[in-house]
Formats: sequence, C-alpha cells, structure tokens
Amino acid sequence: MNENARLFDRSELMALAALALLLLVILPLGLDVFRLNLVAKYLTYAFVAIGLVLCWGCGGILSLGQGVFFGLGGYCMAMFLKLEASSVANTKIQSTPGIPDFMDWNQLTQLPFFWQPFHSLTFTIVAIFAVPAIFAFIVGAALFKRQVGGVYFAIITQAIAAILTILIVGQQGYTGGINGITDLRTLKGWDIRTDQAKFILYFVEVAFLFATVVAAQFVRRSKLGRILVAMREKEDRVRFSGYSVANFKIFAFCIAAVFAAVGGALFTLEVGFMSPSFVGIVPSIEMVIYTAVGGRLSIFGAIYGTLIVNFAKTSFSESFPQLWLFGLGALFIAVVLAFPNGLAGLWRDYVQPRLDPLLLGRSAAAAKWAGRSVADGAAAE
Amino acid sequence: MVIGDVQKDFLLAVEGLTVSFDGFKAVNDLSFYVDENEIRVIIGPNGAGKTTVLDLICGKTEATSGSIKFRGQELTHMTPNQIVLAGVGRKFQTPSIYDDLTVFENLEISYPRGRTVFGALTFKRDAAVRERVEAVAETIFLKDRLHTSAELLSHGQKQWLEIGMLLIQEPALLMLDEPVAGMSVSERVKTAELLHGIIKNHSVLVIEHDMKFVEDIAHKVIVLHQGRILSEGKMDKVKNDPKVIEVYLGH
Repeated sequence: MNENARLFDRSELMALAALALLLLVILPLGLDVFRLNLVAKYLTYAFVAIGLVLCWGCGGILSLGQGVFFGLGGYCMAMFLKLEASSVANTKIQSTPGIPDFMDWNQLTQLPFFWQPFHSLTFTIVAIFAVPAIFAFIVGAALFKRQVGGVYFAIITQAIAAILTILIVGQQGYTGGINGITDLRTLKGWDIRTDQAKFILYFVEVAFLFATVVAAQFVRRSKLGRILVAMREKEDRVRFSGYSVANFKIFAFCIAAVFAAVGGALFTLEVGFMSPSFVGIVPSIEMVIYTAVGGRLSIFGAIYGTLIVNFAKTSFSESFPQLWLFGLGALFIAVVLAFPNGLAGLWRDYVQPRLDPLLLGRSAAAAKWAGRSVADGAAAE
Repeated sequence: MVIGDVQKDFLLAVEGLTVSFDGFKAVNDLSFYVDENEIRVIIGPNGAGKTTVLDLICGKTEATSGSIKFRGQELTHMTPNQIVLAGVGRKFQTPSIYDDLTVFENLEISYPRGRTVFGALTFKRDAAVRERVEAVAETIFLKDRLHTSAELLSHGQKQWLEIGMLLIQEPALLMLDEPVAGMSVSERVKTAELLHGIIKNHSVLVIEHDMKFVEDIAHKVIVLHQGRILSEGKMDKVKNDPKVIEVYLGH
C-alpha cells in the first residue's frame, strides 16, 4: 500500500541509480567524445521508446508512426538552427541572402510564412512540445473517438509516417527535401559542432532523459496508468465503468508523441541535422523494436533496449551491411515469440530474484515477492 | 393520466424498443418497466435478445427506435460513460475484470472519482477510497484477497469481483448478465445471498438461465422470445404459462 504513495519503489530507485551511474559517470569517463556523441544519438531514441512503454506497453496502443513525432520535434529544432545559420552575412553569395541555402537553390525568394516564427527560440521550444501534441491529438481524436484501434490504428499511423516522408521529400524548397536540413552551426551563438559542446549537450540530454523517466513513472504510478493497463485488458469494461476510453487513449498517444519530439529535437542538436530518413516507416518500426527488446512494460528496459540494439546495429552494420535488417527482423520475431517482456522480463524473472536477497536482505526480499502487485512492472506473462 | 407522473414512478421505463441488424429484429417493440428496489429477471431461449436488451440500455448498441428512460432521462442518445454517470452499471456475461491488476486496483478503478484524464492523473488513494474498497471487498467475499492479482481468482470469484466493481460505482440500477454461470452450488448460494443484500438499495436487472436461481431471487420475470415479450409476471404465473413451457421451460 505505502509503496503506491512513492514515485519509485526500492528496486526502481536502484535501477535509477544504476542508470545514473552508467550515463553520468561510466560512459563519459570511458568513451571519447566521438563515441559519447554516438551514445547521445542512441539515447534520443530512448525518449521515443519510453513514450512507447506508456502508449503501447501499458495502454496497448501500437503506433508504428512514432518517427513522425520524432521528426516533428527534430524539424522544429532544425528550422530554428537553420535560420540562425542563414544570417545575411553567412549567405551573402546567395541570390536571396538571409534565407536557408536549400530555399535559394529552389528559387524561393522569401522565407515561407511558417518558417517566420522559428526565428524565436522561445517559440521553437513551445513548438517542439505543442506541434506533435496537437498533431497527435488530431489523429487520436479522429481515430479513437470512432473506436478505431488495434491493427487498424497501427496501419494508419504507418501510413501517416509514409505520407509525411513523401511530403517532406516532395516539398524540397520548404523542407530541404531528401537531404533534410543540414549544416546547422550555432545555438544562440554557441557553436554546437565543437567537442566541448557535444560533451555538454550529452549531459543536457541525460538531464532531459531523467526528467522524462520521472514524468513517465508519474503517469504509470497514477490511477491513469492503471486505467491504461485496464484498457489494454478489457476495453469495454473500462468504457462501461464510466470512462471515456477515447480520451485516455488520446492522452497516452499525445504524451508518447511529446516524448518522441523531445528526443527528435535533441537529436538535431547532437547530430547537427534532421532528415526524412528519421520520419518514415522503417525508423518508426525500429523504434518499436527497441521498446520490444528492452521490454515494453519497463521504462528502464526501454532505455537499455534502445542502447543495446543501436550498439548492435552500429557494429553489425559496419561488418555485414546487407544482413543487418534481417538480423533486426529476426531479433524482433525472437523477442515476440520467446520473451515477450524483453530484457526487462528476463531480468525480473532470472536476475532480480537472485539479486534481491543480496541487496535488500533475505526477509525484506521475501516480503517484497509475496506482496508484489502484478501491475507494477511485474505484469502480464 | 399524466404521462410525466408515470415516468417518475419507474426507475427504468423501456418503451417500444426495437433494434434491427440488417433487417433482423433482435429486439422487437419491447416495453417493460422496472421499479425502485426491484429484482427483475429476463429469461428466454438462446438468441431471444436478452443480452441485446442490456447492450441497448447501457449504450453498447444503438437502438433503431423506441425509448429507454432512466429516472426520466432518455438514455438512447447518451454515450456509455454518461449512462454510467446517470446511475446504470452493467456486468458482462463472461467475467470482465483486469487480470493484470490486483483485486484492490480492480475495485479502485470503478470508484466514482477521477474519471476524467486529469482527474485520474491526480487521483489520490486516500482513506475514503481504501475504506470503500475494503467494505465492498467484504461484501463480495474477497476481503482477504485484496492484494492478489485478479488472474489468480477462481471463476466464481471473478464474477463476484465484477459485481463488486459495479457496487463501488454506486449505481441505482445494476444489470447482471448471467451472474452465476459457471459457478459451483455453494457459490450460487452465496451469490443469491449477495444479491439479496444488494437489492436493499439498488434495482437489479438480471439475465439468467438457472431456473432455481431465478426462483430464488426474482420479484418479476420477463420471458423473451425472438425479441418480444412472451410472458411477464411473477415466477409462479410464468412457470405455468403454456407458451413459456412450449418455447423454453419444456426443454
């Protein structure tokens, strides 16, 4: 009972501490800036994965279009940075100085209206949260109010990812097309391309990641989190217990979208560009795989899953570029068939029972296992 | 006679209710009235439209024509959650509970507070919630299983849990679809006892096949056949109705 009053129970606090140790001490000390920046890039996907834990793991709403929201956040950030990099002084060789280079190449002579507000950093930060939230709200309201769910919802989100990619690629003059928005240089005059900047940005990102973990945990621990689980189990029972199921689904979808967009915005900062290759169907499905491998019910699992799959991707795709996609597909099938709760499930079933007696003392561990609530992470077999 | 008065007298007034699925009338011009604190049982052969009647009342299925008035409020155009807020609770035929949550959490979700998104986000499990959950758990014989995961309950206990989830909602009208299906004899006796306790301050609309159980609890019985009322009244009267014996009880 009391454990419900606290945001993190004891083993979750340990997981949090372990993650902090890894991300704040071990990785920064053990890796050079290039590798650390690679970790930073991977971690931006962890934001998406945490959102999917809430939306898909808890709520049972499978979105195969999270790349859309990752991209929306990333493009908002990129638009601001691109405008800053396209000052009149920097672009004086263009036929129209002061607009982004790709617009000049596409014979645009003035900045499109929807680019104008991105001169303001404040507006950009608000947009990073608001644009994906509003878009997710519209999509969610349109579908969930009509009781479209399950596979149909997944297919429609996938179609949206495809449509947005085509739109971005097709509207080259406004979006930078297939190349995306590149050559980003400074954030309010601070050069983001230096090693020192990358080092600092890594810590900024980890701070955001922990804030996201706390926010996600707050949602999961609240009654809303239990209602999401209940909806996944017996949607009709929730509906006929006096809840508007659609509103709860819209909320879960919106919060997952906002997390994804924060990840996307940080990606742009860390990596220095944003392109449609992070928006489409393939990246969106990869994001689902990170969550599945880590364990779709576990916030921490999702983070580790993202890191591990991405490390594997980098190492394997260097040696066997053709085979990697098959490997990823096989991994997904294996996870779904053999261990549906992913790495977090394996950890919970095999490692933690052995670890608890050492860390908590034997009697405390026994008490914990006896009184454990299935919903609180020990969920669904 | 003033029609307004008639509507006020009844808790539930169903009039001329019809639903047609591609021309097939599952419920056909059905009218009946349920009083406050009454146990009304609907019986009838398979496919008679019994469950469809409950679906229509709770808003799961939209009526083709007719009216359902609950305390004078028209339910036919309300959403399922508005109908629950109006005071109608419904138990499904197969136990609909949340396997991954504990008994406590199952009951807590039906507690009538924090039903909006932000209400649920800021919901606090305070003493009032705990007391109410514990009280209901005692009524449904699950007091010592509060922190058990619901998937570990027996079939009968799952049925009770779902009834408990309705009780905590404090509806004026409870609709139960086959509450004793799949229960052992002793569980049936306990369920009858539970229902007798419940009707002290609720009206109950029950669908049931178990005749002994029906006799035990019903004030009035409706026999449904092909979407229409075949017979209505006290159990003794209905039981001896030749039409009822022919289509239903005779088997």
